[in-house]
Amino acid sequence: MPASDTMLAADPVHATNALKEADRLMTVCNSCRYCEGLCAVFPAMEMRRSFSDGDLNYLANLCHSCGACYYDCQFSPPHEFDINVPRNLAVVRADSYRAYAWPAALRPMFDRNGLAISLVAALSVAAFILGFIAWHDPAVLFGTHTGPGAFYRLMPHNAMAALFGGVFLYAIVALVLGVCAFWRDIGAPGAEIADPPSLWQAIKDAGQLRYLDGGGVGCMNESEKPDDNRRLYHHFTFYGFMLCFAATSVATLYHYLLGREAPYPIWDLPVLLGTAGGVGLIVGPIGLLAAKFRREKAMQDEARFGMDVAFLGMLFLTSLTGLALLALRATPAMGVLLALHLGVVFALFFTMPYGKFVHGIYRFVALVRYAKERRTLAAGAAEA
Amino acid sequence: MIDTPAAFARPWDVLVIGGGNAALCAAISARRSGARVLVLEGAPRFYRGGNTRHTRNMRCAHDAATEILTGPYFEEEFFDDLMRVTGGQTDQELARHMIHESKEMLHWIVEQGVRFQPSLGGTLSLGRTNSFFLGGGRSMLNALYRTAEGLGVEVAYDAEVIDLDVDKGVFRAATVRHGGAVFKVRAATLVAAAGGFEANIEWLKEGWGDIAENFLIRGTPYNRGTVLKMLIGKGVQSIGDPTQCHAVAIDARAPKFDGGIITRLDCVVFGIVVNKNCERFYDEGEDIWPKRYAIWGRLVAAQPDQIAYIVFDAKSLKLFMPSLYPPVQAPSLRELAAKLELDPGKFAATVAEFNGAVRPGTFDDKILDDCRTEGLSPPKTHWARPLDTAPFYAYPVRPGITFTYLGVRVDHDARMQLADGGKAENMFAAGEIMAGNVLGKGYAAGIGMTIGSVFGRIAGREAANNARQ
Repeated sequence: MPASDTMLAADPVHATNALKEADRLMTVCNSCRYCEGLCAVFPAMEMRRSFSDGDLNYLANLCHSCGACYYDCQFSPPHEFDINVPRNLAVVRADSYRAYAWPAALRPMFDRNGLAISLVAALSVAAFILGFIAWHDPAVLFGTHTGPGAFYRLMPHNAMAALFGGVFLYAIVALVLGVCAFWRDIGAPGAEIADPPSLWQAIKDAGQLRYLDGGGVGCMNESEKPDDNRRLYHHFTFYGFMLCFAATSVATLYHYLLGREAPYPIWDLPVLLGTAGGVGLIVGPIGLLAAKFRREKAMQDEARFGMDVAFLGMLFLTSLTGLALLALRATPAMGVLLALHLGVVFALFFTMPYGKFVHGIYRFVALVRYAKERRTLAAGAAEA
Repeated sequence: MIDTPAAFARPWDVLVIGGGNAALCAAISARRSGARVLVLEGAPRFYRGGNTRHTRNMRCAHDAATEILTGPYFEEEFFDDLMRVTGGQTDQELARHMIHESKEMLHWIVEQGVRFQPSLGGTLSLGRTNSFFLGGGRSMLNALYRTAEGLGVEVAYDAEVIDLDVDKGVFRAATVRHGGAVFKVRAATLVAAAGGFEANIEWLKEGWGDIAENFLIRGTPYNRGTVLKMLIGKGVQSIGDPTQCHAVAIDARAPKFDGGIITRLDCVVFGIVVNKNCERFYDEGEDIWPKRYAIWGRLVAAQPDQIAYIVFDAKSLKLFMPSLYPPVQAPSLRELAAKLELDPGKFAATVAEFNGAVRPGTFDDKILDDCRTEGLSPPKTHWARPLDTAPFYAYPVRPGITFTYLGVRVDHDARMQLADGGKAENMFAAGEIMAGNVLGKGYAAGIGMTIGSVFGRIAGREAANNARQ
């Protein structure tokens, strides 16, 4: 098939107006290329001359929204060419989260995501509190419990494990199906996702947020004056989350391998990991939220503000309730705090496939694809 | 943001007029030399920087490969290139001085926050000689403004200089229109770095006649040359051809101003170019494109209604960089002519005549190949292939004006020279406003930025020294 048949069709068919605009932007950017040193989006763009919806969704998920290309562009608003890549790709990206979500019936959760997640969280917390009240008399709920197994006097360990294991598995299944949809959409060969060098490259790029730095000077969030704040706070958030996840994993091993029951002493590994992670999940989301409020309005996908805030809010509440539980676990407040914490965590897991959490997954997968494309290109250049 | 009326009222050591690369290098250099510096940029903040916002690289001499440059570019080679592109129309001593200074510029400009990267995709031919700005010219400007403001340089936008108080080569004050009011700003020295007059259609018409109405301007509407005109009017010696400008053929659908680089077209060598009467008028394959792109603005300007059409077929579509607008496309030559509102019969006849004159050869767009026409006038001497593979494409093109050559004469210290002999007491110039000293005609990629940075740095330093005396 000659590429010319599709590449210059007068009005390429795109699923949405945002994708149509993305096509226009990428065509303009491809004829300029001044931004190619800023991040992965523009080199990936240069490997193409025409842009399918899948290509555009790939590019949108490669974009880390650092804002440098907006301030570096001689054609950004108010210029009549109206080149606003960060905002358009943010819209396309968020649209893609909805399009890939599984099952389809839950896709509308993305439409008013802030509200949807707040409702799920509230219902989840309410269910735990009511559950505790229904199962126990108030004396147990408002009693003081200490020592190993204290939490399980409120909720049996097996029930807790089954409930959270279940919702965790569900989230994994839904996320994996979403990623498969994304991978198919961007037209990547199935086997590439398991290419070890590309995976390792993507792990490094994601782990250090290589592309959230405006090409080396920092993010341009509120003006053309760069700083590294968003990267720093994202590191707090992401590594805080991972530490909390590690705390839970260690505790699970303690329970099943060593037969040691929570709560654990302050100096013990699960508590140390969880506390450090919890601090990260307090500081990080606050910093990111502040950056979000300061962000240049022209670059924002305002309709998705709720989605971003809801996710940061959930991470923050997960940590806040966890730390409160740690601080007050030897007091009569423990029962209610445990219900709160478990309710928030349950809602966090359940809504993972239907909120901002997926950005990390899709962006990582896009980075794998990009690493592979780069390697293929380099191999081709070496042969030539 | 500065409190402009208060700033205008203060006495300054160095007043810089202009807001591009040359102006900011001058401001930074003057400030680093201890001067109090005010920058007057005539454009609004977004459009600050004149042509700098559309640039992408700088040509500097260097004796060895660097992290971003693939090999050495000695002063002598730079000088030879300059002599070649200008046909010798350069102040050789000043040119050598600039080229020598350019070596240090690679480091100095980085110290001012500007970041470089290897040559962009599609520009490998410049990888040895030109350092590309990471993020392009506006990114470079943003870095210079950040540095300047961090050092305490004050900048006023929408500050149009409407008069200069100059007496026998001595600058006293500038009259500035800002926010509906008029102010008089006094300073010990002046650095004029306010660019050329390419956006001033009336002035262009003085050299070109009414056809200048049909020119497109590649930069902002603020490059009106008012400061240049005032300086020449106040007795500063001019240099360079007052009628000449750098003109390339750009997409005719581009806006009147500020279409920038993305309206350029790199496909002349792959097809034929006809005017509105469907006639070819120049050898499209005379030489490789980087050596010929700058003549096509002038060629198109000489055609009726200052419009022409680059016509090619499906074989060539992917051989060149994409541009802002897609080409006009049609399944046959006659339909293409109809879409272009050209006479289909004449159009088809011109293509048929061309196709018939094409001799067999081995097409290679990397070299001056042997694909040429025979018995055709004008001939196409390389890369001539028949237009025979549908669909057929065309880009309408018009002259796109990049910059003008007229400037003020300066010496080694960027000090202005006076028309009646002698030197200006306290007036310096940098950038396009004095580019004609080294670039009498022609162009070499990135040299405008070299002129701006090198002479900007010198002008700022000398102005600061001058202010101290």
